[in-house]
Amino acid sequence: MSTSVIQPTDSIESTTAPLLEIKNLRVVLPILEGDLVAADGVNIQIKPGKTLGLVGESGCGKTMTAQSILQIAPKIAKTSGQILLHYADRPPTDIVALGKNDPELLRIRGGECAMIFQEPMTSFSPVHTIGNQLIEAILLHRTSDKKEAREIAIAMLDKVGIPAPAETLKKYPHHLSGGMRQRAMIAMALSSRPRLLIADEPTTALDVTVQAQVLRLMRDLQRDLGMAILYISHDLGVIARMADEVAVMYMGSIVEHAPVRELFRSVKHPYTKGLMGSAPRIGKKSGEPLATIMGNVPIPINKPTACGFFPRCPVGIAGICDQVVPPLVEVAPGHKSACFRYPQVLAAAGLESGTTNE
Amino acid sequence: MLSYTVRRLGYMIVNLTLISIVCFYIINLPPGSFIETYSTQLDAAGSPASQAQLDYLTARYGLDQPLYVQYWNWIVPLVTQGDFGYSFEWQQPVWTLLADRLWLTIIFSIVSMVFVYAVSIPVALYSATHQYSFGDYSVNLLGVIGLAVPNFLLALLLLVGSAKFFGVTPTGLYSPQYMNAPWSWDKFVDLLIHLPVPVVVVGLAGTAATIRILRSQLLDEFQKQYVITARAKGVPERRLLMKYPFRVALNPIISTAGHLLPEIVSGSTIVAIVLGLPTIGPLLLRSIIAQDTYVAASSLMMLGVLTVVGVVMSDILLTILDPRVRMNRTN
Amino acid sequence: MTSITIDSESSAPQGGRVLSRSQIFWSKFYRHKLAVVSLGFILFLYAIVLIAEFVAPYDPFQRHTDHLLAPPTAITFFDADGDFHLRPFVHALKNELNRETFQREYMVDTSVRYKISLFVEGEPYNLFGFIPMDTHFFGVEGDGKIFLAGTDTLGRDLFSRMLFGARTSLFVGLFGLAIGFGLGLFFGGISGYFGGAVDNFVQRLTEFLQSLPTLPLWMALAALVPPHWTPIQVYFGISTILAVVGWTTLARVVRGKLLSLREEDYVMAAKVSGVSEAKIITNHLLPGFMSYLIVHLTLAVPQMILGEVALSFLGLGLRPPAVSLGTLLIDSQNIQTLVFSPWLLVPGGLIIIIVIAFSFLGDGLRDAADPYRS
Repeated sequence: MSTSVIQPTDSIESTTAPLLEIKNLRVVLPILEGDLVAADGVNIQIKPGKTLGLVGESGCGKTMTAQSILQIAPKIAKTSGQILLHYADRPPTDIVALGKNDPELLRIRGGECAMIFQEPMTSFSPVHTIGNQLIEAILLHRTSDKKEAREIAIAMLDKVGIPAPAETLKKYPHHLSGGMRQRAMIAMALSSRPRLLIADEPTTALDVTVQAQVLRLMRDLQRDLGMAILYISHDLGVIARMADEVAVMYMGSIVEHAPVRELFRSVKHPYTKGLMGSAPRIGKKSGEPLATIMGNVPIPINKPTACGFFPRCPVGIAGICDQVVPPLVEVAPGHKSACFRYPQVLAAAGLESGTTNE
Repeated sequence: MLSYTVRRLGYMIVNLTLISIVCFYIINLPPGSFIETYSTQLDAAGSPASQAQLDYLTARYGLDQPLYVQYWNWIVPLVTQGDFGYSFEWQQPVWTLLADRLWLTIIFSIVSMVFVYAVSIPVALYSATHQYSFGDYSVNLLGVIGLAVPNFLLALLLLVGSAKFFGVTPTGLYSPQYMNAPWSWDKFVDLLIHLPVPVVVVGLAGTAATIRILRSQLLDEFQKQYVITARAKGVPERRLLMKYPFRVALNPIISTAGHLLPEIVSGSTIVAIVLGLPTIGPLLLRSIIAQDTYVAASSLMMLGVLTVVGVVMSDILLTILDPRVRMNRTN
Repeated sequence: MTSITIDSESSAPQGGRVLSRSQIFWSKFYRHKLAVVSLGFILFLYAIVLIAEFVAPYDPFQRHTDHLLAPPTAITFFDADGDFHLRPFVHALKNELNRETFQREYMVDTSVRYKISLFVEGEPYNLFGFIPMDTHFFGVEGDGKIFLAGTDTLGRDLFSRMLFGARTSLFVGLFGLAIGFGLGLFFGGISGYFGGAVDNFVQRLTEFLQSLPTLPLWMALAALVPPHWTPIQVYFGISTILAVVGWTTLARVVRGKLLSLREEDYVMAAKVSGVSEAKIITNHLLPGFMSYLIVHLTLAVPQMILGEVALSFLGLGLRPPAVSLGTLLIDSQNIQTLVFSPWLLVPGGLIIIIVIAFSFLGDGLRDAADPYRS
């Protein structure tokens, strides 16, 4: 799997140094039926102040990838590869290599990289007040002065648009609505001024109007605070609104990666095409049935060496796609795809005549 | 909160009434009047009851009246004057027999509860955080054995062991010189010295059960989203454990007190019989066998009252500690 | 790999093999080695006690008057001269009264050897109550005696008595459980089915019963068993008493499970897909329900057994001459006897092993039945 074909000539890639670099990340969960491969050689870069959207169906490995960044994946998960957090003034840290009680890891968690989760209902401890949990995060990363921490907490709750922030501090999670809880969650994540915010489907459990408010809030906060966002979602509409770049994930691998406009303008992987076709859109002719992707996501247990999408792919090439894993390579400027329909991919895999490099 | 407490206390009174009815009916279930039993007993002992005595009893309990009237005649003096009736076997009021034993039973149950929690909480914490380690397996194995060995058997083993190796049998709760002495500091210290062995015997099964519940509760909580959230914000593992899952898992533990207390009272009954402790248990057994009905009913009732009151107290405590329960219950 | 299958249940080319529910259940259960061993042991024990007359070398009531409180007989392959014999044998046992302690002391007479044989003739009996036989599974030749667990104060063979006692106790457990199961199913069922006032009433009732200490209640109820009842009547009486107090947990389980299952999304999904009521019950509710019940039943058996043992030990349960694990322990109430004859506690060891086996089995079944544990 020779996938490190990042062309240094590319304009977007070279202008800014990445904030976070995931290299060849592999996460395996040994379960009863065999090894479940949640992430299979993932390579992603996140740039400072930008938003990377990570899209895919449920169970494709998005969440495992995100959790690996903070080393909060389930205990049984075996992680290999590198996750490099870059600094302006010192060499990068490889998060995968950090021990579980390493002070550096505890500093990164919540400090450098904060995370918000899908379920605002269960993300807070039910027996502690919002204030208790929010101030705890601030005391860990911002200040050791309790009074100051309280003031920061109130300011953060105010910033995320929670009315009567001082009273909210004394409330328990079950006193707040889902939307308000997610706002409080965002306040907690951002209270330490992280450089990277990982948002794992933060609006999935909310209803649509609240969803729009939360999305707007996150965009405003990004503009004000300048953090990068890794935005994970299965919803292409949300991704289109939020992301600067998009990575599409399928069965633990990135199958397409492009700037958001480029991706929506010209899709270069049959899976992404399928995803887009199956999204309902206003303006579509009524009565026209929604397209679906044939079949289900196979369970990635004891994964064979082949293109994971082959069994469901309308354009798959028997003899190639079911034999070799397609590498992710640039098929158009700034646009990477892992589909053998593109000669560059064939070439990178060492197939066909064009066996030039790698 | 206040309304919940009041409501809970209301239920308690209903339950206590039920207990008294159950106990009363158990007295009356065996065929034949116990006055007959009583007078045959006295005849057999060679000192026939005087007609005055029998008349007093008949009048006192209204034995010629319907059952609910009899119940009324029994419960009213009990509640208003603390008159629990009369022991045929001991020829004295039941309350004189019961009072000391009741206090000891209460002290003994409380000490056993404290022992159970003092041991099981740290052990369960260790076991859950070191899942599948050697220590965890040993704790599990000990737990299984602790649950499987009937406590009276354990008491017997203890007695045999100490008789064999030390030549003494550790029975009772006092040294002989304090047996009938009035309460004093020395007597209290003497009691404390005698408590550990029976407390361990009675508490073992409860400890094993509590470790099991708390351990699986903790393991469940470790998977919860809020723990992941707290970890993701950089809380160190040890603090994370103490602040979040432990705190949440404590609630079911407190609510298990409602099961633990009846279990301890139940277990201490038989252990007290084997070890000869001056608690209610041996009195209950003896009175049941001797058909000393008022003693039996009163002993049974006091044990029931003890657990019901204990359960209510643990319930109210839980409401104070858990905001979720508080919300559900007060609304 | 010529055809493309999209069905993830069949052998998809992706290699993802999905196990069926029962396959997962059994493979999880088999991983729990202790549970498998326990299941084997329990089945073995029930089989043995059913043919106790055959397996036991002696009649449980036969008094070996020369062997009061005899210690367990040692089985050996080596004689006094250290020579090896392929057939195991026992030595004769002589006893004399110690004039100082007034205790009977037993001495092994190594000069006499009695070989152990299988399928020996002994006391006649009726297997299963109607097949007349006189063959016993094992025994010793001639005048030799074999007491694997020693004898009691009346010189009765404790091992034989244990087999018969275990039969009583194991089946009292099952019988009490059946009654308790009926009561629990009934009350839990009406509680979960009717809801409302009925539910409220049953809930209060179970809460009330659970807040009472079990053993004193059992003791009080056991006093109601008339002294003139036959052992069989006492047997059923005691089982019923155990069940009357012990059904509450089961009722709660049944009710809780019924209520939660009714609300489950997958049941609702089946309903809106037009699956018939009967099919929902057999295909969706019962599988989710049975595994739960079986686990709880398994864990409830030892409680019943322990209840019988405790009551009989106190003299309130089964009464001699009835033989149960509890009545066998009555002898051990006398500490002085127990110090000199510790083997009287052997039935207690059997009780512990039985309880442990049931709880391991219950644990294994529970882990295997839990779909969310791997």
